[in-house]
Amino acid sequence: MTTQVFHDSASDLSHRARQFGGRAAIYGLLILWAFICLFPIYWTATTSFKMAPNVMKGDMIPWVDFTPKWLGWKSLGLSPDTIGKDSTVRAEFAKRFFNSAVISLVSSALAVMLGSLAAYGLSRFSYKFSWMKNSDILFFFLSQLILPPVVLALPFLVLYKELALLDTRVGLILLYTLSVLPIVIWIMRDQFSAIPTELEEAALVDGLSIWGAFLTIIVPIALPGMVAAFILSLVLTWNEYFFAALLTSTHANTLPVMVASQTGSQGISWWSMAALSFAAILPLIVIGVVLERYIIKGMAAGAVK
Amino acid sequence: MSGGDLLHVVTNDNISDARRSFGRAIIWGAAAVMLATALAQLAQHLGWADFGFSNWRPTLYGYCLWAAALCWGQVLIRGEQGKRTLFVLPAALFVISLTVFPLLFGLVIAFSSWNLSSPDGRQFNGLDNLRQMWADPFYWNALQNMVWYCLAILVEYAIAFALALALNAEIRARKFFRVAFLLPLMLSPVAVSWMIGKSMLVIQPAGPIIRMLRFFGWENPSFYSSPWMAKLTIMMMDAWTFIPFMMIMILAGLQSIPKELNEAARVDGANGWRAFWEVTFPMMLPVSVTAVLIRIIFKLKLADIVISVTSGGPGGATDTVTSFIFREYRDRSNVGYGTLLAMVYLVIIIVVMTLLMKLADRFARPRT
Repeated sequence: MTTQVFHDSASDLSHRARQFGGRAAIYGLLILWAFICLFPIYWTATTSFKMAPNVMKGDMIPWVDFTPKWLGWKSLGLSPDTIGKDSTVRAEFAKRFFNSAVISLVSSALAVMLGSLAAYGLSRFSYKFSWMKNSDILFFFLSQLILPPVVLALPFLVLYKELALLDTRVGLILLYTLSVLPIVIWIMRDQFSAIPTELEEAALVDGLSIWGAFLTIIVPIALPGMVAAFILSLVLTWNEYFFAALLTSTHANTLPVMVASQTGSQGISWWSMAALSFAAILPLIVIGVVLERYIIKGMAAGAVK
Repeated sequence: MSGGDLLHVVTNDNISDARRSFGRAIIWGAAAVMLATALAQLAQHLGWADFGFSNWRPTLYGYCLWAAALCWGQVLIRGEQGKRTLFVLPAALFVISLTVFPLLFGLVIAFSSWNLSSPDGRQFNGLDNLRQMWADPFYWNALQNMVWYCLAILVEYAIAFALALALNAEIRARKFFRVAFLLPLMLSPVAVSWMIGKSMLVIQPAGPIIRMLRFFGWENPSFYSSPWMAKLTIMMMDAWTFIPFMMIMILAGLQSIPKELNEAARVDGANGWRAFWEVTFPMMLPVSVTAVLIRIIFKLKLADIVISVTSGGPGGATDTVTSFIFREYRDRSNVGYGTLLAMVYLVIIIVVMTLLMKLADRFARPRT
């Protein structure tokens, strides 16, 4: 009896072949898209080390096609041999960078604070402001998301002019907080409604006040959600261009405005543009790589109810 | 969300009358201060008296004072209830003062001719702006472009869904792919428009994409000279930045589908394709609808890329409403007309989004 009783029939084998083909297709798609996502970043990074002829010939790979030079970074005052010297461009860049950092950090922090409080209140108590119930209030907050910035832009331009807030950081911070607040409330409401109310009830029985319970018990639990909301706001405010272009001129310019204003003047020196763009996106690339988990968590929060 | 609080608190508030009246006093006192400042400033503005104000900031400070007094007064007057109100009140005050007031103000501006650079100041001109808008082919063109841009979302959605499915499969190096796919979303649209829109597409003989297209036999590819090509290029750049956003929402939805469902479909003899259309896709409808709606909202704000790459050209073919109004203001600094255009846009958006949400609700509900 040496005949094999169980053997793979032809259909089983074809199944395996198809599965292999499927996996290859999946990996092919993934690698193709990863390439599409990463190539522009790679291109910017390498272009900042090129010289004019390298750019015009379209050399791709450093040390093989061309020898990297610090030309682009030198024009920003950030190359090794200029870093010690005074540089007006670097001072300008540092100022814009600082503006961007202050504006985005403060407005995100403010939005997370206001938004978490509101979201917590709406998830726990029932309010009644004249005819507005909880769901109306929530809708009022979330409906701000639909409001296109262009509607607010020109009235704010005039108002800020009268209030002497034009070209100030405070003015931009207020607007940015407003623009990310609905997103924060959306994320945080989801977080808070996932926390059981028994926790606060126990704390209240133990003698804490509502605010005490919120600050000492709920906030630590909801902290990951708050970090997610904060980072998402940070990304949006760091990259904002429209309001910044309209409402600032010399003092409170942010990095995107600086990047955009380079293009017009005296032809484009690609290498210094590349260096500037790369310096502008680098902080967010770092954040994206390190804190990817939180960003995904934040964006996924509203999707699945 | 009806039928009382989720969190029941029993407190005995012993609020004395003195405390209550003190609370009222600070609210009304602060309101009086604010009104007095505003009136004084108005008087100066109209030229009746001179108090030496150089701008309207004192009124702003008065408003902030009143807002703070209102919050504090809530606690003083209503005790425990007031403390609860304090959770929502700051955000509500913030949003109301920063949207409702400017919107009302914008309505006034919208019906006036106001050139910020001319010394005449604001002049009420009735429906002139509306008439001008009616005859402005560029505005209608921009609105039409928005429809095309929004239609492109369907393609973005298909790509995002495919990527989410691939990421949800059992693969190695998932973390790497997730980070790589997320990165475009983190980049500033202005930098993106430089990196892709200019550097990779414009440098004539040597831009990488140009070389690739030439390799495939397209002689002189130019991206911004013909209207449709320019529009497509803008669409693709915008898609590049925002596909990760939809992808992550869809991925979250995919991960919340229980595995048993797909296994059951397999056992019942459905192959991959059918299982997708009859199990996965219907299950994903609510998430998909949310993702697409939010994407539309973001798409309606599209401006940065257009402003910095084509500034609307060629011949307005890539204009979005936002970029058009931005240029309208930059070129002629006419605040009145621009505001009217924006207001009309807002009305259109509200009507369309309400209809879409109603439709989406009806479309997605029976299957959930």
